[in-house]
Amino acid sequence: MVLIQQLINGLQVGSIYAVIALGYTMVYGIIKLINFAHGEVMMMGAYFAFIAASAGMPVWAVFAISMILSALMGVFIESVAYRPLRNAPRISALITAIGVSLFLQNLALVVFKADPKVMPTIIENQPIIFGSLRISNITIITFVVSVVFMILLTVFINKTKPGKAMRAVSEDKEAAMLMGINVNQTISLTFAIGSALAALGGILYGIAYTQVFPTLGLLPGLKAFVAAVLGGIGIIPGAMIGGFIMGFVETLTKAYISGSWSDAIVFGILIVVLSVKPTGILGKNIREKV
Amino acid sequence: MTDKNKKVYLINLITVILVFVFLTILMKLEVISNYYQGLLVFICINIIVASSLNLTVGFLGQLALGHAGFMAVGAYGAAMISIAMRDMALFPVLQLSISLIGGGMLAGIIGYLIGLPALRLRGDYLSIITLGFGEIIRVVINNLKITGGAQGLSGIPKIANFTNSYWITVIVITILFALTHSRQGRAILSIREDEIAAEAVGIDTTKYKAIGFTISAFFAGIGGGLFAHYLAYLDPGTFNFMKSVEIVVIVVLGGMGSLTGTIFAAIVLTILPEFLRQFADFRLLIYSFALILMMIFRPQGIFGTSEFSLNGFLSKPGFFRNRIGKGDSKGGKS
Repeated sequence: MVLIQQLINGLQVGSIYAVIALGYTMVYGIIKLINFAHGEVMMMGAYFAFIAASAGMPVWAVFAISMILSALMGVFIESVAYRPLRNAPRISALITAIGVSLFLQNLALVVFKADPKVMPTIIENQPIIFGSLRISNITIITFVVSVVFMILLTVFINKTKPGKAMRAVSEDKEAAMLMGINVNQTISLTFAIGSALAALGGILYGIAYTQVFPTLGLLPGLKAFVAAVLGGIGIIPGAMIGGFIMGFVETLTKAYISGSWSDAIVFGILIVVLSVKPTGILGKNIREKV
Repeated sequence: MTDKNKKVYLINLITVILVFVFLTILMKLEVISNYYQGLLVFICINIIVASSLNLTVGFLGQLALGHAGFMAVGAYGAAMISIAMRDMALFPVLQLSISLIGGGMLAGIIGYLIGLPALRLRGDYLSIITLGFGEIIRVVINNLKITGGAQGLSGIPKIANFTNSYWITVIVITILFALTHSRQGRAILSIREDEIAAEAVGIDTTKYKAIGFTISAFFAGIGGGLFAHYLAYLDPGTFNFMKSVEIVVIVVLGGMGSLTGTIFAAIVLTILPEFLRQFADFRLLIYSFALILMMIFRPQGIFGTSEFSLNGFLSKPGFFRNRIGKGDSKGGKS
């Protein structure tokens, strides 16, 4: 019974990680950049939601406002910081991403101050009891919302024209350009969707832990990134699988081994995966061209 | 060693001694207060740690994001050795040297063990895996009994001061400089320029990567050891991801592949926050903004890969005239 309870908790954490990991994987797939600022976008999303909820807006408005603002922020970050470096060495782009991440974190620190803010309850916590199992309705909502967005994203990428453009750009930028695809617009769209998903993760995180603080994005961001690598970075179903695995591993280590070691175990998994199969669970080997 | 080389080393040695004498006199005259002496020690520590990272980032061309982890290993290793030797009543210099080398070796060994799996990967993956290891090291230190856990490690002999920090920094920089100009150093540089081409001309890239990475970890450990012996107290929270990023910022701003650039950036970035006390909240905001601007407008850093050379100034009395002359001749050719 305890195991099932823990698995359900893992499902909740895992779906948050999966949603954030999707943004990582989409951005990496399209411009081959590890967007270190992604966790910070998530944090900003949580703050936007906090502001909207404090203003007494309804639940759907809180989600919408936070996701739209974060999407705009993502597009802005891409066009200001990453676009000038698109043809620069990878290391410069990576350092810029770290710079953006630090910048957002410290911006939040200056604007919102370091002390954690209590997230207003936008969804009442009503545990549902099955025998000896206690399932919070927040767990169910988190899971359902993330799965719905994952399905929407999959449909969008596989069935619509902009989704097709996205797949084309990630395959080969030059060829896509020759086929008349607006590459800049497609990349902006990718950042918009990725950032909106990060914000969704941030809101769900804020609801689950009832707190928002400036360094909120750091660890979930890193763990979501590990999830993306675990599933095979650049592959969308991989990010979902990776996210859920990470959620289960984390809750199970916290429950059965030790809370303070769980971060080390999470990164340990990353190292094992990278040493054994660097391309991740669903990844294929690509030979490097000289 | 050719005569020219001897002259270069001699000029640099004299300058280093002059700077030291100058600073010591200022301290004796109490122009530099105790507080600013501490700042000088931190400058030395930052120079050591950042130039060791420059070996990996600048010369080897691999972005490592877990350098604070090696610093932590060195700091805790050196501190524990020093605590164990506390009752032996050795000369402070001897005790400091033994514990620093011990801490450095420990960091080097850990660096080698991490490097083996990590260096098979390239680019982004290497950054991530070093980041992961850095976090693991921190969590391990936080949870072990022997390191004092989350409460930190206290009772470390406070034997580091400006004098020994200064000379340790000089030794570290000299070794790194000599290394990057040796045969091995050129092999390391070739990996940065083009890994596949380096492999094609017969350079064992994995081996040289491991060498570079291990030496880098070793010196980070020495810097950490100095840190431990100056503060006399260690808190595992110090060596987090942000610390690694701060070291990366020093290297990037100074110029990846320029030791003098790193020294310059370390001095500026250690002193600057002190003068910007009233803007302390904005410090990292400004840092990160500078980092982004730097990457967009001057990705090679302030110094790029070139070194500032004293010899260049001194050996040419008409330095500026020559400069102008060169510019003219270039203009003439085109």
